[in-house]
Amino acid sequence: MDLDFTPAEDAFRAEARAWLAAHVPAAPLPSLETAEGFAAHREWERQLAADRWSVVSWPEELGGRGASLFEWLAFEEEYYAAGAPGRVGQNGISLLAPTLFEHGTDAQRARVLGPMASGEVIWAQAWSEPESGSDLASLRSTAVRTAGGWLLSGQKTWSSRAAFADRAFGLFRSEQGTARPHQGLTYLMFPLDAPGVTVRPIGRLDGKPAFAELFLDEVFVPDADVIGEPGQGWRVAMSTAGNERGLTLRSPGRFTAAAGRLTALWRSAGDPSDTALRDRVADAVIGARAYQLFTYAHASRLAAGGSIGAESSLNKVFWSELDIALHETALDLLGPYGTLADDADDAPGQGSWADGYTFSLAGPIYAGTNEIQRDIVAERLLGLPKGRRA
Amino acid sequence: MRFLLSDEQREFGRTLNALLGAAGTPAAVRAWASGDHKPGRALWARLAEAGVFGLAVPEEHGGMGLLPLELTVAFCELGRHAVPGPLAETVAAAVFLHRLGDGAAAGEWLPRIASGEAVVGLCAGSPYALDADAADTVFVIQDGVARRTGRHGPVQPSLDPARRLSRPLDGTVLVRGPAVAAAAAPALDLARLVTAAQSLGLGRALLTATVDHARQRTQFHAPIGSFQAVKHRLADTLIGLEFAQPLVHAAALAVAAGAPAAGREIAAAKVAAGEAAYAAARTALQLHGALGYTEELDLSLWIRKARALRDAWGTPAECRARVLAGAGASAEGPL
Repeated sequence: MDLDFTPAEDAFRAEARAWLAAHVPAAPLPSLETAEGFAAHREWERQLAADRWSVVSWPEELGGRGASLFEWLAFEEEYYAAGAPGRVGQNGISLLAPTLFEHGTDAQRARVLGPMASGEVIWAQAWSEPESGSDLASLRSTAVRTAGGWLLSGQKTWSSRAAFADRAFGLFRSEQGTARPHQGLTYLMFPLDAPGVTVRPIGRLDGKPAFAELFLDEVFVPDADVIGEPGQGWRVAMSTAGNERGLTLRSPGRFTAAAGRLTALWRSAGDPSDTALRDRVADAVIGARAYQLFTYAHASRLAAGGSIGAESSLNKVFWSELDIALHETALDLLGPYGTLADDADDAPGQGSWADGYTFSLAGPIYAGTNEIQRDIVAERLLGLPKGRRA
Repeated sequence: MRFLLSDEQREFGRTLNALLGAAGTPAAVRAWASGDHKPGRALWARLAEAGVFGLAVPEEHGGMGLLPLELTVAFCELGRHAVPGPLAETVAAAVFLHRLGDGAAAGEWLPRIASGEAVVGLCAGSPYALDADAADTVFVIQDGVARRTGRHGPVQPSLDPARRLSRPLDGTVLVRGPAVAAAAAPALDLARLVTAAQSLGLGRALLTATVDHARQRTQFHAPIGSFQAVKHRLADTLIGLEFAQPLVHAAALAVAAGAPAAGREIAAAKVAAGEAAYAAARTALQLHGALGYTEELDLSLWIRKARALRDAWGTPAECRARVLAGAGASAEGPL
């Protein structure tokens, strides 16, 4: 058992660190949940891609560096330690790309991945519907066969980044009256500026349009934009949900960097006699380290030929609650400045605590609510009987 | 990087688990609590035979050298079976004696610790020694002086009857001065580390027992484990233990490597494992209902120990303070 990176991995880390030190913007970019910030973040993606840092784990011919899982983890640690901007391309890179690698055609990969890596095309996800949240398989938006493709109709919602994104991917019902609800679904990609698409931005808690509703009225999608077999969409979507996504949706580097910033804030602004607050800072440091080590163990298991299934649900609950606790502690440390928005003139320059706080509040809800994750942990890892949800 | 236990380490854990599972451990715990140390000492001898105590003793004294990772594997199993006795104290005393530079004391006690002949107490930072009435000797570290004594005051009843506390009395001075603190620091860190590992195993056993109960116990015509409130509490218990485990292993690696951040890694592991096991005890008690509140059920042996281990060799508050001592000084590493 060891925690050692190889010399090659260390060299990779050093190269990333040097590049980031030379390129990370000195002042934080405007919030990526605004039109101006979205454009600035897109430009940052272009810069990353130009030097092949946007998708390091992809093969070289697709703009990556063929990085191993451990190199990717090292890159992420460096990325967030450097205070680099949030990744506006994340939905595509962490959710759609793994699906294309596993289920896409060569033609789809050739067409979609390049512009995704460069930020030229930013992807939004289209899973939830007004009546289908945790019970995603009950979704009702339809894909109806037409000459050379499909016509999409219905309503999608809580579509992250869709207010400013270019394209979206999601599940649609292509067959009615199947024996079980998760049958007869098809995984499709579609442009958000196509005829028949209406995007209505939704303000999140702080008013920024971080997500949107999508109204679809017979939107034409060619056969070439179906991923996997029609009717097999559920299997296609879920195959990458446990394995890759559990590990790559939120990398430990985010939290180790945030815990480091929190510790610095506590040293500068904390009251040494306030041991209650000190304990919460310590818990954030411990939690971030635990998540990092847990991920190293997972990565080791994958590297040894193992797989990850329901274990990713442990991750999701842990990091989402850690993220909130960490940001709440920061806000408390900032006292009267804690509630200032990042773009307030008086906001202290201690990192993006207010924006991060608002973002963290969504963590227990998206990517499968923590209630659903706890059901999965209880049923699949502990072997408890299925309850009324089934 | 391969942050996974080796096949040999896993096998070592499985062997101890099987040994303790077949040894009638709960009866030994109950006997120990009543002052009858015989079954506990018999168990102790078998653990020594399996190599547990030699993991903290240098080779020249009949041990394997200090193997922190293997110690955490062993102590996880000791916790899983709620084994009684001054287990952490004995291995920590071995480290203390080895570092103290008192050749006579080391030569006298280290071989006997490795062989299981000696059950050794260690008293530091608390007025009480654990299980001094069962120990062959107790080492006391106080005010820069190291003493050894065979005498102790009356046993003070405690919340875990199998943890028998008493004040060590008198004793012979072994060493005075800065050498004592220098030897005590790694010993107390090791006591903290193996106590964290013990908590981890204890919590795992509590969770397993409670999951079994929740699958079998029926109310409202359904197993109570099918109710979401019950499921979620058990899921949270598992999450706590799963994220504590890598901290324990990483802390052991840090000790083995002599890393400067080892003390902080150990403190982090102790907080996480101690709190996770205590939460597991609360969950076990709650989900077993009134049955869990009884002494008669063997589960009580585990439930009572969880609180004591959470606080032994570093309360959560002490450990949290230690985690932040020097944190952010990048040379100290990731924690």
